[in-house]
Amino acid sequence: MQNHAYTSRQLVLPLAAIFAAIILGTLFGSSGAANAQQTAASSDRIWQDLKGDVFGDRAILVDTGVVRIEAPKRAQDAAIVPVDIYIDPAKAADDIKSVTLIIDVNPAPVAATFQIGKDAGVTHLSTRVRVNDYSYLRAIAETRGGELHMAQTFVKASGGCSVPAVKNQDEAIATMGQMKLRQFPPQETMTKAQELQLMIRHPNNSGLQRNPQTQYFIPAHFVQKLSISQADRPILSMEGGISISEDPNFRFDFTAHGTGDIQVEAIDTDGKVFRNQWPLEATGL
Amino acid sequence: MHIGEAMSIDRTRRKLVNAFACTAVSAAMLPCCPGRSALAAAYGLEFKLRKIADGVFAFRGVDELMSAANQGAISNLAVVVGSDAVAVIDSGGSLVEANALIAAIGKMSAKPVRYLINTHMHPDHIFGNAAFREIGATIVGHRNLPRALEARGAFYLQGFREQIGGALMKGIEIIPPTMLVDDRLQLDLGGRVLELQAWKAAHTDNDLTVFDSATRTLFAGDLVFIGSLPTLDGSLLGWLHQMDALAAVGAARVVPGHGPVPADWPQALTAQRRYFEILARDIRKAIADGTPLSDAVKTAGASERGNWQLFDDYNERNATAAFAELEWE
Repeated sequence: MQNHAYTSRQLVLPLAAIFAAIILGTLFGSSGAANAQQTAASSDRIWQDLKGDVFGDRAILVDTGVVRIEAPKRAQDAAIVPVDIYIDPAKAADDIKSVTLIIDVNPAPVAATFQIGKDAGVTHLSTRVRVNDYSYLRAIAETRGGELHMAQTFVKASGGCSVPAVKNQDEAIATMGQMKLRQFPPQETMTKAQELQLMIRHPNNSGLQRNPQTQYFIPAHFVQKLSISQADRPILSMEGGISISEDPNFRFDFTAHGTGDIQVEAIDTDGKVFRNQWPLEATGL
Repeated sequence: MHIGEAMSIDRTRRKLVNAFACTAVSAAMLPCCPGRSALAAAYGLEFKLRKIADGVFAFRGVDELMSAANQGAISNLAVVVGSDAVAVIDSGGSLVEANALIAAIGKMSAKPVRYLINTHMHPDHIFGNAAFREIGATIVGHRNLPRALEARGAFYLQGFREQIGGALMKGIEIIPPTMLVDDRLQLDLGGRVLELQAWKAAHTDNDLTVFDSATRTLFAGDLVFIGSLPTLDGSLLGWLHQMDALAAVGAARVVPGHGPVPADWPQALTAQRRYFEILARDIRKAIADGTPLSDAVKTAGASERGNWQLFDDYNERNATAAFAELEWE
């Protein structure tokens, strides 16, 4: 029963396939010991093995203040773990062009990579992720010049009845592709940027879970490309997305340029494309 | 009472281990072994199956999280005896508990256990399934239960190994139902018919209730919690919207999934309805105010803290699930 070959037919992203091959042996391996709960040390070992595959032999600067990451120390619901990423371009040599979110212990640890539009003014991004076990969550920011800055936080997730799975599957399928955009005006002073919250209805199944009866993997089905722009000017885009929670949800600040519409395009692993757009709400500026 | 029960199960478990120490037997093999009647005697003495109506018996789980000490026996289980056959409602949180239940039934009735009905996917209700498969019972569940177990089973087996320990996990398998309920289904036990009803997403997306019309007893599974905080793993709106339909079931008494057995019907719903309405009110306000999820869940529902066991274990998780759902209203 424990010796079935792993099937990788559902692994849509090549990157995910590589990482899954590395990691699955650890998570769902053949010995009883492999089922043991992860610790900070074992999470870190996974990261040490993994970082070369993601970033090659490039230096990664840690805790420079360029990027910060926050998540609850103990996740209440392993399927919906809120995570906040803050970037401070003033502390870096130049602009931040992307942030990669890593969840060490997940079968495909690269949760998502976010590209930040030039002059988009994004300094804070909140989303929600699935976390399979106790794990570090890491945010690695890359500057336009190619410097890497990392921050990390340890999350105790999963255990008990709280598992990273879709709660209401019929509803998730029936409503797939619906979107909602909330616009929050600048708070306090006029120097603070306005915020957007984009919500997309999607089961966002990561797959990578073995059916206990058949031992086959449940097919993955998630939003793997997302772009948010204002009048064709990129604000934020995402690639990957395998560990983003059901009904992907992104809240971020940005600097509007003109009064053009907010446009969104999302593409899932089945190739379905979801598009929507909304007028920019007056901010009083 | 709860502590006494938990300890007595622990004693019988040690007897079990001793009885089969030389055969390296797996728990799933127990029912076919010659020592079963001896085991039944041992279990039957300790596992308290209480008669609550004519031909209806219930086991009261402890209001705790599953642990090695309580043998996973935290949910209420029930048995209905007809003139031809027996039906069991939920298999418990371990094979030790399930075998104790089977032994207790064997002491009480020689009729075959024809059906095991799973009220939903959670481990405290299904981890004992293998024991019932071994005695030839047909496992019955909501049409969504196989799908839910497919997505969660591996996590349950992994996560609960940490929580209840490898010894108690031994032999536990995720076994889906083979008889599925789309909407309603009747099971004839001889002289009495059980009416099964599949609900839309509420506690989970695979909730099933059982109604024994002979005694007007409702077995609500985890659609009803009393005293112990309800856990939300399906849909808050679905649960609230179906509460009236649930209350309309013409029962004289209810066996809740967790809490005192039996309880008055439909008064048993009052406290959980209040909790969910307060939780929904607090979350809706946070959403309207633009408060992020991570902040909102720290205070939502807090005014209910004094009213529930296990509040601190589950309220924030319920609030998290509720926030993600209510954001789409």
